[in-house]
Amino acid sequence: MPLNMIVCCKQVLDPEAPPASFKIDPSTNKVIPPPGVPPVVSPFDEQAVEAALRIKDQQGGKITVLSLGNNLLRDVVKKPLSMGADELILLEDEAFEGGDSWSIANALATAIKKIGEYDLIFCGRQAADWDAGQVGTGIAEILGIPSVTVAKKVEATDGKAKVERVISDGYQVIEVTLPALITVSNELGEARYATLKGIMAAAKKQPTVWKPADIGLEPSQIGTAGRRAKLLKLFQPVKEGKCEIIEADTPAEAGTKLAAKLREAKVI
Amino acid sequence: MAENKGIMVYGEIVDGKISSITTELLGCGRKLADELKEDLSCILVGDKLGDAPKQTVAYGADKVYTAEDPLLKEYQTDSYVAVMEKAAKDLSPKIILFGQTSVGRDLAPRLAFRLGASLSMDCMELSIDPGTKLLHQTRSVYGGNARATFTSEIFPQMATVRQKAMSPLAPDESRKGEITPIKVELDPAKIRTKVLETVKEEVVGVKLEDAQAIVAGGRGIGGPDGFKQLEDLAKVLKGAVGASRPPCDNKWVPDTMQIGLTGKIVTPELYIAVGLSGASQHLAGCSGAKNIIAINKDPEANIYKEARFGVVGDWKQILPAFTEKVKELLAG
Ligand SMILES: Cc1cc2nc3c(=O)[nH]c(=O)nc-3n(C[C@@H](O)[C@H](O)[C@H](O)COP(=O)(O)OP(=O)(O)OC[C@H]3O[C@@H](n4cnc5c(N)ncnc54)[C@H](O)[C@@H]3O)c2cc1C
Ligand SMILES: Cc1cc2nc3c(=O)[nH]c(=O)nc-3n(C[C@H](O)[C@H](O)[C@H](O)COP(=O)(O)OP(=O)(O)OC[C@H]3O[C@@H](n4cnc5c(N)ncnc54)[C@H](O)[C@@H]3O)c2cc1C
Repeated sequence: MPLNMIVCCKQVLDPEAPPASFKIDPSTNKVIPPPGVPPVVSPFDEQAVEAALRIKDQQGGKITVLSLGNNLLRDVVKKPLSMGADELILLEDEAFEGGDSWSIANALATAIKKIGEYDLIFCGRQAADWDAGQVGTGIAEILGIPSVTVAKKVEATDGKAKVERVISDGYQVIEVTLPALITVSNELGEARYATLKGIMAAAKKQPTVWKPADIGLEPSQIGTAGRRAKLLKLFQPVKEGKCEIIEADTPAEAGTKLAAKLREAKVI
Repeated sequence: MAENKGIMVYGEIVDGKISSITTELLGCGRKLADELKEDLSCILVGDKLGDAPKQTVAYGADKVYTAEDPLLKEYQTDSYVAVMEKAAKDLSPKIILFGQTSVGRDLAPRLAFRLGASLSMDCMELSIDPGTKLLHQTRSVYGGNARATFTSEIFPQMATVRQKAMSPLAPDESRKGEITPIKVELDPAKIRTKVLETVKEEVVGVKLEDAQAIVAGGRGIGGPDGFKQLEDLAKVLKGAVGASRPPCDNKWVPDTMQIGLTGKIVTPELYIAVGLSGASQHLAGCSGAKNIIAINKDPEANIYKEARFGVVGDWKQILPAFTEKVKELLAG
């Protein structure tokens, strides 16, 4: 049976950028984007797209991608389209800036209500920038549908989904009634690459852009005005960083010396 | 509505005992409660709680609420959220703390959204603002590259806490506490999930979370064979083997060996990082180790910023001699 699926994808600063390039502007509590490193679709969200695509490969269906932000880069947010998603809706407005998990989940859930039909909603287990891991569950709660978090496998049949949920010492197989929201983890496996055909098709597709008013959101519900959690401070932890490098004529000797050093320092 | 008062810890039970994160939450909750001059309570949910309520008193709880029901045998979002929603509304705590565990990650956000409260996930530091008496919640963001402090004026103020970030109190069996069962009224028809199966990875030897020595391998190990050499070293050290994410993603080792932000949090005495670069998301899981030792061929690798001792070079040429010498030293 073909399914209607929605995937929420967030544009984030590349989480794999070298840690040394990470800088904060303390006066604005904002991260300074590292020069020359373009933003990406949050990796778990790409895997959420992959989870939806695997179901679409099996039984057909439609995948709508939803991204919320401001000044979203088209090349970035269109990536799920080039992987095989069908439609892209952007919730794009300055007013969305400075929101919290609550206001963001509320905006996404409101947009999903406007989309109307859905069997499965996918999110990443957590966004690779603020690492909250709340928005997916929040959307499910607002929509009044069940959720299964941290999935590594999702199959859908007969109005139900069978989900493998990662737990710290293994996994659980959970059956959930549809419609449901699933958050996806990296154990699902790598997301597929965009094909050339996909990239060309994506280039031709224009995303639909919704402003807060288009989905009936009041200014008091979004961004800084709509938040329940207040950010007081964003800062970088101080690191001392004084590593003693053990040197020797050969690597094997260095290994032996390292062991001796650990004994001397009473580490072993 | 009643005035929100007191700190409540959501307790977890593993193999009949309160889990280590629960004792850590009670330790942290005790401090916050004393500062606010309010009570610390612990809520336990399950089908058979056994001795666990008494244990939570020994670890610092003034009050224990128990929700026992056959329907609560396994964690399920719908049933557990329903129990916690009722408890939060009836008992009106000011603060609710959870562990950043498989359960806490799932339960806390769902409950926060149901209660209309706010929540900070994976906190490493909690404190009471001396002026406003509000909870300040500091958590790691940007994969561990930064920290952010949040607060909220909406009650209950909720937080999940990173494992091993807080210290438990020494248990005191003579402490007195009040244990109160709470009524559970669950409608099975409203539980929209079913656990079909639970598959647990067998652990041979020391558990990663408990190990005092860990040998962790990264992408640079190159395959499952390399990990056998790490195992040899771990055996000599009576420790365990862990990994960064790529070896798990590549199926060289089981997923349960992943250490980091989205894997296990470990705080051993000795952490030997081999062929891993020290990405912030990995360090999030091991930076609490007493002594980090790095073996990497890239002298610029970020891991050297966290390490106490290091060797630069190909691990394949360094590790055998290192293991040999360690064996000799430990034997003698
Ligand atoms: C300048 C600035 C100020 C901020 N101020 C505050 C503040 O005052 N209080 C506060 O609590 N937070 C604040 N934040 C952080 C806040 O915006 C977080 O993004 C929010 O808390 C959600 O957490 P998360 O992004 O980690 O999402 P998660 O909860 O980790 O996201 C889980 C999943 O939900 C989906 N999702 C999340 N966001 C989007 C999106 N935008 N578009 C599409 N899908 C999405 C994705 O599938 C994602 O994988 C601020 C951020 C900035 C940049
Ligand atoms: C939201 C999010 C969550 C994440 N969670 C986690 C997590 O929980 N845990 C985790 O580990 N990662 C996590 N990651 C991934 C993380 O960002 C890094 O990609 C990952 O940790 C890199 O693993 P690595 O160091 O093994 O690989 P690489 O960064 O590729 O490093 C390999 C290292 O091996 C060295 N090397 C290669 N060959 C040799 C040799 N022969 N001898 C010696 N050294 C050699 C290289 O110099 C290099 O430094 C997460 C990422 C995101 C976005």
